[in-house]
Amino acid sequence: MTQEISLRRRITNVVMLSLTGFCTVLVIGVLFFILGYLFVHGARSLNLAFFTQLPKPSGETGGGMANAIVGSGKVLLIAVLIGVPIGSLAGIFLAEYSNKTFAFTIRYVVDLLNGIPSIVIGIVAYSLVVLPMKHYSTLAGGVALGIMMIPIAVRTTEEFLLAVPNSLREGAMALGATKAKTIFTVVVPAAISGLISGMMLNLARVAGETAPLLFTALGNMFWSKGWLQPVATLPVMIYNYALAPAEDLHQQAWAAGFVLLALVLAINITARLIIARGPASSRR
Amino acid sequence: MASSTYISDLLRREPSKTFWGRLKGGDELSYPITLACTVSILLIVALIVAELWSHSQATVQKFGLGFLTSRTWDPNDGVFGALPFIYGTCVTSAVALLIAIPLGVAAAIFLAEMAPPKASNLLTFLIELLAAVPSVIYGLLGIFVLLPIIRDYLVPALRAAFGYVPLFSGPFYGVSLLSAGLVLSVMVVPFIISVSREVLLAVPTDQREAALALGATKWETTWDIVLPNASTGILGSVFLSLARALGETMAVTMVIGNTPKIAASLFSPGYSIAAVIANEFAEASGTLYISSLIFLGLVLFGLTIVINAIARILIIVTTRTAA
Amino acid sequence: MATPQQPALKDITSAPASNAAVSRSRLCKLSAKNINFFYGSFQALYGISLDIEANKVTAFIGPSGCGKSTFLRTMNRMNEALRNTRVEGELLIDGENLLAMDVTYVRRRVGMVFQKSNPFPKTIFDNVAYGLRVNGVTKKSVIEEAVERSLTHAALWTEVKDKLQKPATALSGGQQQRLCIARALAVEPEVLLLDEPCSALDPIATLKIEELLFQIKDMTTIVIVTHNMQQAARLADRTGFFLLGKLIEIDDTRTIFQNPAKKETEDYVTGRFG
Ligand SMILES: Nc1ncnc2c1ncn2[C@@H]1O[C@H](COP(=O)(O)OP(=O)(O)OP(=O)(O)O)[C@@H](O)[C@H]1O
Ligand SMILES: [Mg+2]
Repeated sequence: MTQEISLRRRITNVVMLSLTGFCTVLVIGVLFFILGYLFVHGARSLNLAFFTQLPKPSGETGGGMANAIVGSGKVLLIAVLIGVPIGSLAGIFLAEYSNKTFAFTIRYVVDLLNGIPSIVIGIVAYSLVVLPMKHYSTLAGGVALGIMMIPIAVRTTEEFLLAVPNSLREGAMALGATKAKTIFTVVVPAAISGLISGMMLNLARVAGETAPLLFTALGNMFWSKGWLQPVATLPVMIYNYALAPAEDLHQQAWAAGFVLLALVLAINITARLIIARGPASSRR
Repeated sequence: MASSTYISDLLRREPSKTFWGRLKGGDELSYPITLACTVSILLIVALIVAELWSHSQATVQKFGLGFLTSRTWDPNDGVFGALPFIYGTCVTSAVALLIAIPLGVAAAIFLAEMAPPKASNLLTFLIELLAAVPSVIYGLLGIFVLLPIIRDYLVPALRAAFGYVPLFSGPFYGVSLLSAGLVLSVMVVPFIISVSREVLLAVPTDQREAALALGATKWETTWDIVLPNASTGILGSVFLSLARALGETMAVTMVIGNTPKIAASLFSPGYSIAAVIANEFAEASGTLYISSLIFLGLVLFGLTIVINAIARILIIVTTRTAA
Repeated sequence: MATPQQPALKDITSAPASNAAVSRSRLCKLSAKNINFFYGSFQALYGISLDIEANKVTAFIGPSGCGKSTFLRTMNRMNEALRNTRVEGELLIDGENLLAMDVTYVRRRVGMVFQKSNPFPKTIFDNVAYGLRVNGVTKKSVIEEAVERSLTHAALWTEVKDKLQKPATALSGGQQQRLCIARALAVEPEVLLLDEPCSALDPIATLKIEELLFQIKDMTTIVIVTHNMQQAARLADRTGFFLLGKLIEIDDTRTIFQNPAKKETEDYVTGRFG
């Protein structure tokens, strides 16, 4: 009797445990099949013209996305200039100056901002920038992505600064450093590798954002001059070309997807390696 | 140390207490600037809410709360109702979660309880990378890879098995609620796995050891002891994924079919809140049209906030009680 | 160790007023009057009054939790960095009110070395130069000279002179602590506070630090908290005994160890107390 029960239990044990293993393999398998497909297909569609030429007018084949690559860069530059300073200075405030209740409130609001769907941020950037200026623009797209960068900038900064041991702050202050100098010459440098990789992850995250750009940066088949004209970006190009009824444009979309994904993953991997290695090397 | 009068001269002077003297220390700048940045975040969030609210007033005044329950969306006639979008959003998210939860939790159990730590860390690293893949790329893959598979294998199989249920009947064109749900499930699985694994790992080891010492099998320990301990946190990860699924725009827009109708079948095309904004906002004309889209944005905003809040509370509760 | 011909503090304070001012500034560097200290509502120090003599080593001993560190940190106002703390009473440095001064100025004059070495994650050179740079010294030659001098005083120069650009965190524990002493010495503090500087070190590293403290005591006034009674006896000219937030007595080290005035002190130094 007991023999049989324990046999049944043993079988359940093996079956269920193998099932979890199977699910893991399935998830990872599906995901990597999909990505592998993108890499193979994308790499095949990629050529030099993709990086150097403008999109061809509809009907013609060939061409590239040089303007969208530069456009993405410009939009991201504005996003970084808005999101990183506001976010990381606020993170410094939370970690170094704020009292508990205020920090709790801010953290709550920051999480809230982080949870707002990107399409909603797009609406807001539209009504804040596009409507008053009466123009879709690089600037509007950058504002949208910049707002999206703030929450993660705040949280990573706060987290990495709080991880700096207090003894370093005391050491600096005991030498006559003001609080501000302590923060900016000891605490921030001690956390710098974490901060940089945090910002890289943050950038990688918004680099692929499409929804908030649809009606802020809009798109452009040509070079966008300055910062106040509609501008092409890689994610929006992928979206438009994927839905376009032409095989040639689908190829372009694959190529763009490949480039975008390679970029995002490269930044991600670098940043995570820095984080993983950072504390070990600096703290022995 | 009298040897260096230069240093003594410089350091033995009390800093001037005038405004400029204090400015040199940096605190007079650093505190107000960092505070201003912090407060500006509050302002930005307030501004977001205010913008959404004020720009959706036209719709609120015209249709009231009936907007949320009206089935008709006809921009040409100036009639706007949100129900098809709310329906599509909920159905696709539900499909996504129904698939992603069992898969994700099972994989998390494997990674936390079974896999050797090194392999587990590597696999988790890879899975977290997948969470970083931009949603437009999932959309692209959805259209060109997933749709054919769904059309050629999944739909015939479902028809054969459950064809008598309205949920799995009717024509299938590729773009559909089912496709959107599936793409979403692929997107949220990494979230569920990585958060659930964290929560499982936070369950104290002595609980496991106690159960194992009493003669429970590994699976019994996991199922009866570890999972209940982690259930609140896992639920948190589910809500987090739900919030993400609800607000997900690009991947859904690309495969859902963009048709504002309420159909019982998962095979028929639909529309989601985020998708209709993405599709129609740039071309919308007329105050009422735009304001209706913005009101939809406000609804989405409200939904995700509530769900995010629940998720965070659940996760905080478990990690705190576990620790 | 204690020099018998040195006048006791009581004599100074009772000397004629005009004289007192002069001898005081020479002999009494820091003076605390009736210091009370609070962490929130918890009172950690009760009415501490004492004088720290210039160019002498003063040691504080007492059981754990009796407030030695708290008092030490009150003397360079490090406790102000903690939230919700309050200090009452009077603290004078060279007869001036230390509590009313600019706090960075106080900390420049009253340096501190902590129990656990806390080198910045910078190079050895930058660690020692930090205090100078942050206080506005910019001349490279001055900084270089000061770095060498401080490292020499901290008995570390020969060991590190070839790796000044290496990270300070790569040094051994004892070297790190000497680096922290060098870092503190670089700004030429008038008083150096050390809070159990050797508690994490092995006997040889401890000996090195004791030797260097002995070397630098004619340059600066030293106050050291220690749990090691032999260390207090070896190093200190004067020793104060703390118990439960109160200063029980402070006197010449020999007196404290051989002939203390208070029963509690005797119990503690003879090991009859916890
Ligand atoms: N940051 C703080 N907040 C609240 N109470 C504190 C804090 N630091 C110390 N205390 C309390 O103040 C009292 C004195 O502490 P202090 O660190 O000065 O003791 P100590 O004599 O240095 O002990 P030890 O020899 O263990 O270092 C203790 O009761 C301690 O619990
Ligand atoms: Mg102490």
